[in-house]
Amino acid sequence: MNNEQQQLTRKDFLSGTEPKWCPGCGCNVVLNRLTGTFPLLGIPKEKFVMVSGIGCSSRFPYYLNTYGFHGIHGRAAPVASGLKLHNPDLSVWVATGDGDGLAIGGNHFIHLMRRNVDIKVVLFNNQIYGLTKGQASPTTQVGVKTKTTPFGSEEIPMRPLPLAIASGATFAARISDSDPDLISEVLLAAGKHKGIAFIEVMINCIIFNDGAFKALTDINVRAENIIRLKHGEPLIYGTNKDKGVKLNGVRPESFKLGAGGNADSALVHDIHNPDSTPAYLLASMEHPSSPVPFGIFRQVSKPVYGDRTMPAPSDTEVEKLMMSGGNSWQLDDSGNIGTVDP
Amino acid sequence: MTNQVNTKELNKVVIRFAGDSGDGMLMTGDQFTMASAFMGNDVCTIPDYPSEIRAPAGTVAGVSGFQLCFGSEGIYTPGDKYDALVAMNPAAVKVSSPHLKDGGLIIVNEDSFNAKNLKKAEYADNPLTNGGLSKFRVYKIAMVKLAQEAVVGLPLTGKQVERCKNFVALGALCWLYGRSTDQTIKGIQKRFKNKPDFLKANIAALQAGWNFAEKAGVFDIKYKVKPTTGKKPGTYRYITGNVAVAMGLVAAARKSGTRLFLGSYPITPATEILQELTNHPKFVTVLQAEDEIAGIGSAIGAAFGGALAATTTSGPGVSLKSEFLGLAVMLELPLVIINVQRGGPSTGLPTKTEQSDLFQAIYGRHGECPLVVLAAATPNDCFDITVEAARLAIKYMTPVIVLTEGALGQGAEAWRVPKMHELPEMKAVFRTNPEGFFPYSRDKNTLARPWAVPGTIGLEHRIGSLEKEDITGATSHDPLNHETMTRYRADKIAGIAKEIPPTVIHGPADAKVFVLGWGGTRGVIQLAVENLQKQGVKAAWSTLRHLSPLPPDLKSVIQRYPKVLIPEYNLGQLWTLIRSEYLINCEKINKVQGRPFQAEEIETAVKKLLGA
Repeated sequence: MNNEQQQLTRKDFLSGTEPKWCPGCGCNVVLNRLTGTFPLLGIPKEKFVMVSGIGCSSRFPYYLNTYGFHGIHGRAAPVASGLKLHNPDLSVWVATGDGDGLAIGGNHFIHLMRRNVDIKVVLFNNQIYGLTKGQASPTTQVGVKTKTTPFGSEEIPMRPLPLAIASGATFAARISDSDPDLISEVLLAAGKHKGIAFIEVMINCIIFNDGAFKALTDINVRAENIIRLKHGEPLIYGTNKDKGVKLNGVRPESFKLGAGGNADSALVHDIHNPDSTPAYLLASMEHPSSPVPFGIFRQVSKPVYGDRTMPAPSDTEVEKLMMSGGNSWQLDDSGNIGTVDP
Repeated sequence: MTNQVNTKELNKVVIRFAGDSGDGMLMTGDQFTMASAFMGNDVCTIPDYPSEIRAPAGTVAGVSGFQLCFGSEGIYTPGDKYDALVAMNPAAVKVSSPHLKDGGLIIVNEDSFNAKNLKKAEYADNPLTNGGLSKFRVYKIAMVKLAQEAVVGLPLTGKQVERCKNFVALGALCWLYGRSTDQTIKGIQKRFKNKPDFLKANIAALQAGWNFAEKAGVFDIKYKVKPTTGKKPGTYRYITGNVAVAMGLVAAARKSGTRLFLGSYPITPATEILQELTNHPKFVTVLQAEDEIAGIGSAIGAAFGGALAATTTSGPGVSLKSEFLGLAVMLELPLVIINVQRGGPSTGLPTKTEQSDLFQAIYGRHGECPLVVLAAATPNDCFDITVEAARLAIKYMTPVIVLTEGALGQGAEAWRVPKMHELPEMKAVFRTNPEGFFPYSRDKNTLARPWAVPGTIGLEHRIGSLEKEDITGATSHDPLNHETMTRYRADKIAGIAKEIPPTVIHGPADAKVFVLGWGGTRGVIQLAVENLQKQGVKAAWSTLRHLSPLPPDLKSVIQRYPKVLIPEYNLGQLWTLIRSEYLINCEKINKVQGRPFQAEEIETAVKKLLGA
């Protein structure tokens, strides 16, 4: 069996259905990397299930040659939860988006994060509704003009990663479609994590919100604007690795190496910190006021909800259960009544 | 003994227990019911409580009640007007005495009839002394005083002692109706096993009530109620409809060879099903979901994974679940949805019973979205109908809605616990052979698609909410395919009619009127028509358990009778359905007061219909 598993390749996980995402859509990159990651997890192909809701990213299950479930808008989380709780030996993944997962599915999202069921959630955040052709989503930034915010969005956007961490996610990471190697690294770590894993993927919607993440993804400028998180290493970034991030009170603050301090003053990243506050603070860093961290923010071990299987009860056990409740009696053939010993 | 006590024999007794929400009337009623069941009587009960947990003590709004009908024959409902009322305070007398039969008994807690409580009950002066209750036989017992005397020496506060007063009432009632207190003592031993002082106090109060009734000469009469005869031997249990649903799900899962999954969210009056099942992790995986939608969503996920999956709720919850119900129809997965109906619309009357979700169950989704709808007739039938729902769900790969009602879910009766071999066969068949596997190929007889579960080697496939291509299950927007699939879904459900046994009609073939009900009106319809038959009225009755599809013989049955009367706890939903399906005119009688029909109301309607 083990041999067979090792023989699985990326191709085994592609259904052969040609993806209907727009050419240049970041979803294609993630599909590529996810199908490359699955064979590395040592899990038989028939044990994988991809569950989704509705939206561009929710077409994911159709492109994988695994079991797949394309549900209804916003509701992948409960479907995946029921499936995983009933079959703890499956590897259950959720593909969702900023509209599906955070707007209509916002309540399920919070509870999925807190319960710590062993499910992997990949949230494709393009800050726009793509499948309905360009309306504002909960993550659309202030001032952005969309079909439903013709004068620019006035709403304060939702921040998925801080929300996930505050809700109790035991694994939380951020990646973008412009860094395929990081995608692979994070997906593999998520796949091996026991418990809920949340991954925010910043996806460029080339049709309705092109360039939304340009400052974070453009190869010419991104080094100055992002930090690659590495466990156990200080937060140093910049084209010349000449900047660091330190804590000023509870506020992460950028400083220039030399003038503002040396590398030792930079915060050292600890993904296993039982206290989620540092991860929350890092997740809250936003462009342009701060560099934006990418990679794994948090990975802690906590009791996994519902990871046990029960042997099937026998007829006798079911009959005994039905008689229980402390109020049963026996009626014999002659109409005499007697008590039942529990 | 200070006076002569006569003994009278009765076939049937209705007792109402009424008091403050915190007076323990439910427990008192339960204990007396158990005592009666142990004497071999049929029992049928219903609690009646306000939706506030503790409304202001002593007020009319705060009165909660429990009604019991017990006897040797004809026990189909918790009863109409009562023979006896146990009232713990003036407000209870005020609320409950209008439904007491003339000449009925009132046993009151005399200690509570003080100026403060009389005022709270809005009595200008004391009905015990001003003749306001003269058409009843009033028996005054100083319940608090008797409890105080009985528990002398136990380390309890005054308030704790006062709370034993309901056991004084219970003791007196047991004496009056010739019930042994042994069973009650056993029951409270279990209940208070961690509170030994309370246990001693309650037993002492119970005995004090009994002794008082026997010695003080308050009662000039006592009653004898013969046991019911001809009941099937076996193990019996006193069970509510809600617990019966829970047991039905457990039993069905075992019979089908699958594990039970429940995804649910607390909602009155269905919560007890969820609570009951959380006690039994060996038998069921339970997810108390974050909302109603997640409740059904998780159940559908589990069904995809091969579980006998269920979700339990009441009307507002079904409204929230309806989009997922559509998905379950599209995916053709087995699913059992229990709706313990309450008064609607909106939050409506959460603790009161109604039958107003029939249209919602049959029609309440977007698209052509057929599914199976069944209805429970009695608390016992909550078990049988749930097993039937699971059987049909698995056999036909379809969601099945079971309509029960607040009065059935909260109501209780004696239930003969079945042996597993007595239940219908319903073994689930999972597809394992990859050869020729297509997710939407269909069984020729049932039109069911295969149940192919993740984890099965070689059957990897995708299902989803988009229209499916016939056979392959691939997504399809082809116009003709959509029509084919829409018709398949409809035909599959319509075909289930062949599973429905012939309609059982009770009454003469030449009946002048046929009373047709559904669900929880069964008991009162039976009672009313039997009463009519005794009066020489040619009437027959039947009640439906299958609402979608309807029984195949129903049209011909209805056509046999000159008049058809449909009683419902709504404004005529079955009535509309029957008329639209069969183009046959029917009459209706409707009640939407959150409480059941009295048999008399149906009898009067039948007589009016016959021009009598």
